Amino acid sequence: MILRVLIGWHILYEGVSKLINPYWSSAAYLLDSKWIFSGLAKTIVSNPTLLTISDYANMWGLTIVGLCLLLGLFSRYAALGGMVFISLYYLFAPPFLGLEYARPGEGSYIIVNKNLIEVLALYVLYQFPTSHLVGLDRFLTKH
Amino acid sequence: MSEESKNNTENKRREFLKGLATVPVFGFFLVNLWSKIRRDALKRKNLLTDLVQEKSPPAIISGLSSSKHLNIGIIGYGGRGSHLVRSAGFATKGWTDWAYKQSKENKLHKAYATFMSQEDLNCSLVGVCDLFDINAELAIDASKNDVRPGGKPKSSAIRYRHYTEMLARDDIDAVIVATPDHWHSRITIDAAKAGKHVYCEKGLTRTFQEAVDVYDTMKETGMILQLGHQNRQVEANDKAKQIIDQGLLGPVNLVELTTNRNSPWGAWVWTIHEKANRKTLDWDTFQEPSPNKIPFGEEALKRFFRWRCWYDYGTGLSGDLFSHDYDALNQIMGMGIPKYASSSGGIYFYKDGRDVPDVWHVTLEYPDMDMTVLYSATLSSNNSRGNRIMGHDATMVLGGQSNAGSVGGFRVIADRESTKYREKIEQGIINTKYPIYNYSPGSKQIDGVTSATSQYFANKGLLYSYRDGKRVDPSHLHVKDWLDAIRSGGQPKCNSEVAFEEAVTCAMATESYLTGRRVEWDPINRRLI
Repeated sequence: MILRVLIGWHILYEGVSKLINPYWSSAAYLLDSKWIFSGLAKTIVSNPTLLTISDYANMWGLTIVGLCLLLGLFSRYAALGGMVFISLYYLFAPPFLGLEYARPGEGSYIIVNKNLIEVLALYVLYQFPTSHLVGLDRFLTKH
Repeated sequence: MSEESKNNTENKRREFLKGLATVPVFGFFLVNLWSKIRRDALKRKNLLTDLVQEKSPPAIISGLSSSKHLNIGIIGYGGRGSHLVRSAGFATKGWTDWAYKQSKENKLHKAYATFMSQEDLNCSLVGVCDLFDINAELAIDASKNDVRPGGKPKSSAIRYRHYTEMLARDDIDAVIVATPDHWHSRITIDAAKAGKHVYCEKGLTRTFQEAVDVYDTMKETGMILQLGHQNRQVEANDKAKQIIDQGLLGPVNLVELTTNRNSPWGAWVWTIHEKANRKTLDWDTFQEPSPNKIPFGEEALKRFFRWRCWYDYGTGLSGDLFSHDYDALNQIMGMGIPKYASSSGGIYFYKDGRDVPDVWHVTLEYPDMDMTVLYSATLSSNNSRGNRIMGHDATMVLGGQSNAGSVGGFRVIADRESTKYREKIEQGIINTKYPIYNYSPGSKQIDGVTSATSQYFANKGLLYSYRDGKRVDPSHLHVKDWLDAIRSGGQPKCNSEVAFEEAVTCAMATESYLTGRRVEWDPINRRLI
């Protein structure tokens, strides 16, 4: 339950901080993408409509997923959603040997980084949901 | 109440509490979020961000182009000439094919999209003059190419062997002069006298006297001159001006301007065209205004294509790169012609027969403004130092690292000994390690409170320069500004007044290098001492 709340808090703030910053855009992150999704990332950046969709999907998606995890509402779906988002962050910029990023990293990683661990932690939350015990889901499930 | 129903109520209560157990955590989150937003707002309020409210760059004024169709001619269709003609709306078939192919292969390659979304400037390229046949043919090709903004061209260009033949044509309204510098003044003066408006590439002239003659002719004839410093269209410079005009840097006593290049191309070792020979190239006309003459041969070919390396045809770093940095600073600070100029340098890396220095420095003194402007250039190191306007209270750093110049934006950093910001620095509201203002055009990062990451991207100038949501080429805006001025009777941004200041300053620096002494400007008698 604590794990769910902490991850929820993290994802919620990632979403909200983007919502309250009028200058935030996913463009800089996407431009620095490496490996299999770098082509797709360039396509998104070069198309203003796709970029806007990507910006909104990230801002609101993260906020909703985070809020659901924190409050324990539809938390299995939220865990899945969170896995999708964070897996994408991992895959768009994986910390593999030989891939160099312009963005300064906040830690040192080879192959395993915090994104990968958070994805697996969300998988645990998906497998062992806690919201029917503590969380709003309790009102939605019948005992 | 029975024991059972009591238990039941207790259970319901417990269930209710368990259901809402994490809601207080959300409350705690909101409290923290609120205080973070307030802290950031307070920080921003104390930074310079509020002073530059305008988030979108100046809109392009449209509508003028439709008023009158103009016929233009190009004199000198080389590297820069072809870019200017493209900025007016005419690219060769070879270029549009290449750019289209690039855009298909790399979605971030925007040259084609940028060109095609340029405003149609309602003009025709009707005359071409180039001393090299291949270039002249390319210009004619560009004038006919219907892959352009605005569709099929209204007419195509005719080639003239000599620019005077082109100037004799009554239906030409204006000419673009993109020849080597030694031809600038003569063509500009003849064009103005023939009633043509002129867009002239920088540096305006090769010598001081030529600058005076061009200025006087423009005044006498009333023709419109635009000097080719497209930085005048870069909105970062206007923002920088706004900040300096408000005195936010405090007293500025020293400005440092720099150039760093490190490639043969950057040092003007340009390609000698394989088809260039005595038949395809008019060498005698080329060298007609130059002080020293040489016969046609291998050396002449070198000089034709790499003319910036010799004082006979240009002024090296002075007219090429110093002029840009000087003009951008003049745009920002409006300091005009200095009282004194001295310069030094040498040919230290490119010992290839050139006579212009490849490492060169200038000191400009402005005693009336209590200010020195230093310029330092090298053609053998890419260690990009950027330009710095150093005030007692804050320093503005333009370009640098990114090597993108002011197009890449700028930062303002408070000085830890600042008088103006002392209180705020002591209160911790201003951190002198981080910029108090950061401007990176094209990105959404107009933000005083920036992370290390956004800092990095700001310096890289990674994103494009936009106007009205479209990426634009400053050269296109500069040509448009000139044509708009012709139609409206106004003055363009790099008009003869500021062009004269650029030309005199560059001439002072060049003369100082060549004579080895400090050169003084006498504004009353308009002469150099």
